[in-house]
Amino acid sequence: MPVYLDNAATTRPCAQAVAAAVDAMTVNFGNPSSLHRAGLDAQLIVDKSRKIIADSLGAAPDNIIFTSGATESNNLALRGASAAYGRKRRKIIISAVEHASVEETVAALEKNCFEIMRISPRSDGRIYSEDFLGSCDENTCLVSMMLVNNETGYILPVKETFTAVKRRFPEIVTHCDCVQGYMKLPVRANSLGADLISLSGHKIHGVKGAGALYIKKGIRVLPVVTGGKQEKGIRSGTESVPMIAAFGAAAEALTDDIGQRFERANELKKYLLGKLSDIENVAVNSPEDCSPYIINISAAGKRSEIMLHFLESKEIYVSSGSACSKGAQSGVLEQFGIRGKRADSALRISITAETTETELDLFASALREGLEKIRG
Amino acid sequence: MKEVVLAKYGEMALKGLNKRTFEDMLTKNIKRRIKPLGSFICTTAQSTMYITPNDENADLSDVVDRVGKIFGIATLCRACVCEKDFGDIAEKSVEYLADTLNNARTFKVNAKRADKTFPMKSPEICMELGGILLEKFPHLTVDVKNPQVTVTVEIRDTNAYVHGENLKGAGGLPVGSSGKAMLLLSGGIDSPVAGWMMAKRGVHIEAIHYVSPPYTSDRAQLKVEQLCDKLTDYCGGIAFHCVPFTEIQEAIKDNCPEEFFTIIMRRLMMEIAQRIAAKDNCLALITGESVGQVASQTMAAIACTDAVCRIPVFRPLVGMDKTEIIEIARKIDTFETSTLPYEDCCTVFTPRHPKVRPQLSDVEKAQNSFDFEPLIQKAVKNTEMKTFNFN
Repeated sequence: MPVYLDNAATTRPCAQAVAAAVDAMTVNFGNPSSLHRAGLDAQLIVDKSRKIIADSLGAAPDNIIFTSGATESNNLALRGASAAYGRKRRKIIISAVEHASVEETVAALEKNCFEIMRISPRSDGRIYSEDFLGSCDENTCLVSMMLVNNETGYILPVKETFTAVKRRFPEIVTHCDCVQGYMKLPVRANSLGADLISLSGHKIHGVKGAGALYIKKGIRVLPVVTGGKQEKGIRSGTESVPMIAAFGAAAEALTDDIGQRFERANELKKYLLGKLSDIENVAVNSPEDCSPYIINISAAGKRSEIMLHFLESKEIYVSSGSACSKGAQSGVLEQFGIRGKRADSALRISITAETTETELDLFASALREGLEKIRG
Repeated sequence: MKEVVLAKYGEMALKGLNKRTFEDMLTKNIKRRIKPLGSFICTTAQSTMYITPNDENADLSDVVDRVGKIFGIATLCRACVCEKDFGDIAEKSVEYLADTLNNARTFKVNAKRADKTFPMKSPEICMELGGILLEKFPHLTVDVKNPQVTVTVEIRDTNAYVHGENLKGAGGLPVGSSGKAMLLLSGGIDSPVAGWMMAKRGVHIEAIHYVSPPYTSDRAQLKVEQLCDKLTDYCGGIAFHCVPFTEIQEAIKDNCPEEFFTIIMRRLMMEIAQRIAAKDNCLALITGESVGQVASQTMAAIACTDAVCRIPVFRPLVGMDKTEIIEIARKIDTFETSTLPYEDCCTVFTPRHPKVRPQLSDVEKAQNSFDFEPLIQKAVKNTEMKTFNFN
């Protein structure tokens, strides 16, 4: 059996998600916009998922817009909100450690005459809400901050930052990319203080091809994709019912025991860190209080990609940087003060609550072997 | 620091010997509403409901959100619990309101000394605390007429409470305290608003809806069910009755003159509604009619409809403009659902030229040309019931 330790890239769809997707492909395959019964049945499936996801965020179903995934959600949030609110206020503030789908989107907006501020972690590797607040002014339309960094698992101070920003500048729209935090940490829209929240289905044991954007009531987001006015006109295009059904089913399966699974992931993380501390030349890059689901390490001097392929030969799958950048260094580690050879040798191990100690043992011994065998 | 939510009664506070009944009703409604948010203790004293979380980390913003929609409460706020000691009150005020005061320029202190044994009088509390806050937050100035922040200190029987702004509650009387009534819910903009307004007066709402497949679609019914679901936020649980109406509408079309279609349909709807109301102990009917809005809502038409009613019909929107109704619909979040474009039973077989000033005798004559009684009985018998609860 392969050992899959790359759950921040994607997860294995759970049985409920697969069953829901199959049902929506074989039985209830109608177009949700059709007026007949087959269409209504498909719409009911979409509505059910919408309700489950809304409930999990403590929101109303009206607040949820389905998209093709978190990249689209982030694009819709940033482009849509900046189009609605950025006519006069041309400044957008993000953290410097955002996922490419946020970073590249604001880079595109930058070319369109938006001023972009990127808030870096301080020398202790932490991001401070004061730094965000200090950059906000009456010219700012949007603040975006991810909840959990996808490369190191660092948990950003979203709640503090958004509350502080909202208190001083209530008109600024706040966006949180919750992809690596949703169903892993408790995420409640209200207490997070976010006006917009991006979610992904396939990171929570759903199927690739469905994501969602939470839009707080009263916040305007202009559509990026126009057409048949599905999803309240904010995201036109026939809903991907099977993927959305899977997303809802996966969320439903996880939503009640987020706490228990968090504890389990913590146990597993401690176990792995214990194992790794026995191996010489392995440094842990993730901060101590990070999400237990992501552990970033550096295996001294051995380039990530070589180590990755060595582990692959033993059917152990981990990631070098984030999977989206196809192993290319994203600069995020550098932001956290991890540079040079340490950054070149960084590996991301991302687990689920279903990961076993045996799998972590296999990984640790393979890593030890790799450190011995790989030259250079 | 311990935080609670204080919910202050509206006109309930004025009730005399039966105040207790209202209080119990309100407590029950609040408890049921916040149960999903965690474990809370609700106590009442001095016309205020104290909602204390058992878990220190409970998120009170969701509680405020939900309780703000419960009828019977005039104002509510999050407050910090202090010892009944001025030192503690001052210390906690500085800490608890730091964020609010840092972002304000003007403030005033307001003191309410319900417990008269407290050694300092209200003006003294205001002066002393005002002085301390000015010292700690030197950028502030006092403005007693129009302050940005009003710091309120309440000295009550067991504790003292400090809070910033009061939020407006939903007002009215606790749902259930005025008995039960049947709301005719069409799926338009008006009827949910009418239901909401009667619930505000303490009326427990049941809803009745008429479906005419294939002239109306499943989606139209679904839309009405969504409206019911939205109303539960304010009205509590709602029993929803769905009446099969196709045969009756077809019979009207086949047997009555076109100009009376709508008026006869409405009379039959009222007839069915009051029969189901009687079964469920509803004391009145509620409709969303507003005088002169459409042909069937002129005074003459309302008189013809009312002639079949044996129980009171409440029309809370009777004197309101459409814009005023829409404003409320937006506030209670039913507007978007109401405006979804599905055909409903009221728009099936609409006459081209309806009678604007119908005479009761003409309407009765037109209606008596066909015996609707068996169809009415059949419709009542085949009515389906569903219950909606808030979640």
